[in-house]
Amino acid sequence: MSQNLLNKVWDLHTVGRLPSGQDQLFIGLHLIHEVTSPQAFQMIEERGLSVMYPERTIATVDHIVPTEDQARPFKDDLAEQMMKALEENTKNHGIRFYDLGTEHQGIVHVVGPELGATQPGMTIACGDSHTSTHGAFGAIAFGIGTSQIRDVLATQCLAIARPKVRRIQVNGQLPPGVFAKDIILRIIADLGVKGGIGYAYEYGGPAIDALSMEGRMTICNMSIEGGARVGYVNPDETTFEYIKGRTFAPKGDAFDRAVSWWREIASGPDAEYDDVYELDASTLDPMVTWGINPGQAISVRESMPTLDGMDPGAREVAASAYDHMGFEEGEPIEGTPIDVAFIGSCTNSRISDLREAARVVEGNKVQSGVRAFVVPGSKQVAQQAVKEGLPQIFEAAGFQWRGAGCSMCLAMNPDKLQGRELCASSSNRNFIGRQGSPTGRTLLMSPAMVAAAAVNGKVVDVRSLATA
Amino acid sequence: MVEQGAQVSTVSGRGIVVRGNDIDTDRIIPARYMKVVTFDGLGEFAFRDVRFDSAGNTLDHPFNDPQFADASVLFVNKNFGCGSSREHAPQALVRWGIRAVVGESFAEIFAGNCNALGVPTVTVSEEAIGQLMEQIEANPSAEVTIDLGTGTLTVNGTTFEAASNSAYRNALMSGEWDSTSVLRDNEPAIRKTASALPYVTDFAVHS
Repeated sequence: MSQNLLNKVWDLHTVGRLPSGQDQLFIGLHLIHEVTSPQAFQMIEERGLSVMYPERTIATVDHIVPTEDQARPFKDDLAEQMMKALEENTKNHGIRFYDLGTEHQGIVHVVGPELGATQPGMTIACGDSHTSTHGAFGAIAFGIGTSQIRDVLATQCLAIARPKVRRIQVNGQLPPGVFAKDIILRIIADLGVKGGIGYAYEYGGPAIDALSMEGRMTICNMSIEGGARVGYVNPDETTFEYIKGRTFAPKGDAFDRAVSWWREIASGPDAEYDDVYELDASTLDPMVTWGINPGQAISVRESMPTLDGMDPGAREVAASAYDHMGFEEGEPIEGTPIDVAFIGSCTNSRISDLREAARVVEGNKVQSGVRAFVVPGSKQVAQQAVKEGLPQIFEAAGFQWRGAGCSMCLAMNPDKLQGRELCASSSNRNFIGRQGSPTGRTLLMSPAMVAAAAVNGKVVDVRSLATA
Repeated sequence: MVEQGAQVSTVSGRGIVVRGNDIDTDRIIPARYMKVVTFDGLGEFAFRDVRFDSAGNTLDHPFNDPQFADASVLFVNKNFGCGSSREHAPQALVRWGIRAVVGESFAEIFAGNCNALGVPTVTVSEEAIGQLMEQIEANPSAEVTIDLGTGTLTVNGTTFEAASNSAYRNALMSGEWDSTSVLRDNEPAIRKTASALPYVTDFAVHS
């Protein structure tokens, strides 16, 4: 039996064993943003500490950025203060900052990969639970809290226990109209929102091998929604091809040496796992959530589950979900009218996501009464979309085309649901209040499904449009 | 706040109950209250959207109930603190007055964030949490004592098994839960580990 990638990478980054029994783990890349870092800088400054590896730290701004009017100072004074704090902290500590005025600003989990900063075999930490996104490259990447950001700034290390590894083997191939988002929503529905606690998820198998890096990022991004702090895919030719030529990618001979090391750190074909879960991608349909956590998801062709037969814990959460959503058990999800359509977030705001959505939207109109908008994940994604003429397609259909940021995924900026609005969303969380209104409601789905919902004014199976 | 370096072996105080599985950190503190550059004052936003309606009227919630105003031990169900990694969630609870959380299970990042603040997260069985929640609700002034060393929780003279993650327990009991200094003490080993990584040395790129 050979080792899996997680164990190889963990061993290489272990500085030592701490008295608590946790490992002291070296962090190869630290990504920071405006929301969770200011208190950490304040803490290290109060203790008279410096940033140990400023060159291994990259900052951008995403959560609080307005997507309509990005002129400074921001209209929201609190957002402006957070922005200024990040500007000052990065300047004082010599940290590279991809600010609003730069070509590479955007959602931190979109920007890291597109810069080529995210590489196989690295350990990556960021004060954001969706840091698992970077695992798509064969990095071990996880979200941390602000006290841990303080630790990484001051020591480039974390005190952390090694997780177990569950191999998630996705066999077969995705049918047309079914995407990476549907795979991960199915996995979370099957294994539950707490099924991954204590585990890293290693995604593999023919359906994962066939995905682009962007699809793999979508899957790894939502690992945390299944309780797994880490999710990763072993690096392969698709990974190397993606990284080659990017800003931080090794160049020339160094790139070849990097590739040979990246191959070495991948899990061997006979690698050992603590658990294995298998599913068949060819049996999947587009998925839609009906409740208040990402595990409450069904195929668009299914009806919402009945409370009978659920175990008591699941029944309690399902009952809260029906209460909040205003749905009836046993009701079909297809046909549910929507008020808002949001395409964006660190899960699904990359160029391939926008292309898939545009394909559905082209030649159609957003249903009247539906507020629809597209928020590219980064300035780079936006530029590429412009080259391909995507903004015109969206705008002609009645979508608003916005500037890069987290937008309505978590509503720390002006993009929010109002009252009980129901939003078809390509984001990652349907938690109560997540999109900015305590009574607002979220249905998670793929970008193509959001586009289909926008033009129909209700949840539809995107495959029925393709054949219509 | 728990004082940095304090050895946390026991926590005693009154209890408060927040029922429900999968209570996420967006519910513990909605993101729109995180537009701050300090954690000061977050206590008033703990469970904000279930404590107040949109007009600011007070709703029925244990965190609004004067009987529980002095509570410091929070009782919860399964997978408490799932979702966002925001430390603002435990910070809001701690600034409200919570010093320990007792539940059936916890989300991983949340438990780590609590540990980093010197706040134990201890787990009890499903049966025990049911009994404990009933007792606390019936008797808000009951004194709860958590002893990490013996792995027990005592209330009204009844003792329950209360497990904790061994690394967190060791760190709390030794006062090393604030890990910056213990990590920084190993700077030579940090530099050595880094210099053995090919992406730090052999094919490093810093444009």
